[in-house]
Amino acid sequence: MTEAAQLKEIARNLRIDILRMLHKAKSGHTGGSLSCIDILTTLYFSKMRYRIDDPAWPDRDRFILSKGHAAPALYAVLARIGYCSNEDLMTLRQAGSKLQGHPDCKAIAGIEVSTGSLGQGLSMANGISLALKLDKKQSRVYCLLGDGECQEGQVWEAAMTAAHYRLDNLCAIVDNNGLQIDGAVKDVKGIEPLPEKWKAFGWNVITADGHDFDSLLSAFGKAEEVKAQPTMIVARTVKGKGVSVFEGKAKYHGVPPSDEELAVALKELGANIK
Amino acid sequence: MTIHPHPNPLPSREREKAYIEEFKLAEMIATREAYGETLARLGEINKDIVVLDADLSGSTKTAIFAKKFPERFFNMGVAEQDMMGTAAGLAVAGKIPFASTFAIFATGRAWEQVRQSIAYPKANVKIVASHAGITVGEDGASHQSVEDIAVMRVIPEMTVIVPADGIETRKVIEEMVRYKGPVYVRVSRGKSPVIFDDSYSFEIGKGTVLREGTGVAIIACGIMVSKAMEAADILGKEGLSARVINISTIKPIDKDLIIKAARETCAIVTAEEHSVIGGLGSAVAEVLSENYPVPMKRVGIEDKFGTSGDADRLMEIYGLTPENIAKAAREVIKRK
Ligand SMILES: Cc1ncc(C[n+]2csc(CCOP(=O)(O)OP(=O)(O)O)c2C)c(N)n1
Ligand SMILES: [Mg+2]
Repeated sequence: MTEAAQLKEIARNLRIDILRMLHKAKSGHTGGSLSCIDILTTLYFSKMRYRIDDPAWPDRDRFILSKGHAAPALYAVLARIGYCSNEDLMTLRQAGSKLQGHPDCKAIAGIEVSTGSLGQGLSMANGISLALKLDKKQSRVYCLLGDGECQEGQVWEAAMTAAHYRLDNLCAIVDNNGLQIDGAVKDVKGIEPLPEKWKAFGWNVITADGHDFDSLLSAFGKAEEVKAQPTMIVARTVKGKGVSVFEGKAKYHGVPPSDEELAVALKELGANIK
Repeated sequence: MTIHPHPNPLPSREREKAYIEEFKLAEMIATREAYGETLARLGEINKDIVVLDADLSGSTKTAIFAKKFPERFFNMGVAEQDMMGTAAGLAVAGKIPFASTFAIFATGRAWEQVRQSIAYPKANVKIVASHAGITVGEDGASHQSVEDIAVMRVIPEMTVIVPADGIETRKVIEEMVRYKGPVYVRVSRGKSPVIFDDSYSFEIGKGTVLREGTGVAIIACGIMVSKAMEAADILGKEGLSARVINISTIKPIDKDLIIKAARETCAIVTAEEHSVIGGLGSAVAEVLSENYPVPMKRVGIEDKFGTSGDADRLMEIYGLTPENIAKAAREVIKRK
């Protein structure tokens, strides 16, 4: 199997985990978890260096989920790595669970910072990148933003910071699914031209297909070679990707699968149904 | 999140002594100056200290550190929200970030960043905000924070400290390097009298009785502590015995000391350069009403914005004077 094919298979399984946990939780963000899972899969199962038995390994690469509502995607990944258990996944959003509605770094080792309030992740990623540079570490920092999230002013403050401090150990990704809660990003409040904006803010910009593993692998590879500039990968994605009923629909932003929808979804994803 | 352990060495005894001596020579020092000097000194010994500012380093005095350690100073430009987030990131990666700007911007513009990115994850960030209160002076209401203690105090995990003078500021900043967790420290623009000496040791959550007294207790913070001492002098001349207490840690507050004062004097006055809503006065009222209710009065800014003017003049206009504290004391004594 090629690397891309292996990643595709992992992502298929992670989508199943995401849908199962959301269905069990009866609330949570389906669309944005499915649109970014291929990006997370590429990072965690190909690009990032970390230790399974030591989540705090100082030389690890860092991932920050600035669009914290996609927590189910991150939890599915962390469970596969072993930073939490598969049983944990089924406790999502319940009282006493480590799996908070949005990522809580105090609850699970492997979550770098707490997110959920949009617009704040990139600043924290910058801070980590600065610290790693001070410590002369080779670690890289990855930060995933939503496209609607880019309407937050703090994102652009952080954009200036990363460029000013030449954070070439930082690679941000926008999950460019074109949708937010109230509808299409272009209708709510347009953000285009997004690649040009990041370029103008001093970033190295790469566009990629956020569901094509070869495209993602190549984009992350190119980002590693850039010196003295942070990289932004604008990843074209489809919200709800992988399940026909959810694809491209703003409605499924914050709605979990119903019993029927789960059944259809699992079938489409080729899950073994018990 | 794992915050990696790091050694936190402190200044040598000699260095500390020389420093105290300097302070003694200057009878008046702004707490922001003491902050800037202390930070620069600590920076020599502890290489994990990093400093962020939002284009106000000359005013907050972080410029002293910046000049000495340019590689560990990050000017974030006029972007306070980004500054707080960046500080959080530096903290989770093992640094000890001090983030400074004016109190109104640190706590107002960036309140939610402080809550989400710093306090919730319990990031080891020290927010040291200067130009708090009306003693900002001429810049006027837009720059005079009278709400910062209230809005920081309400955030879970946040420690809130208002040092009373230059010496206490130095001790507080040293303690901040040792302590792990988010802290808000409020410092002032104007010079104020040095109250403490070398023997003073600061402990988070511990107040200090500066003067014993039995008829009333005046509980103050920040620049109002020296005003409270003057008020006690005024009252003394009238034969009224006033205890003066410095409560520099507004949260967690020294409940025991406050309850003891209430039990022994049965009359409490609070004094702060902050709104009477939500600050020291409110914190003391919370302790008293649930534990040992006695007559009390809050001296502070009476639910008003500040205004432009000479700082000393403004203190008179807003009633932040020894005379006004003494007046409040007479009132509560009558209500006993
Ligand atoms: C500061 C803040 N405001 C509002 C919200 C509520 N909210 C959650 S998701 C979302 C839309 C995000 O859209 P986008 O960034 O495009 O995410 P995606 O499409 O990837 O799910 C909003 C407004 C929030 N979490 N944080
Ligand atoms: Mg979107």
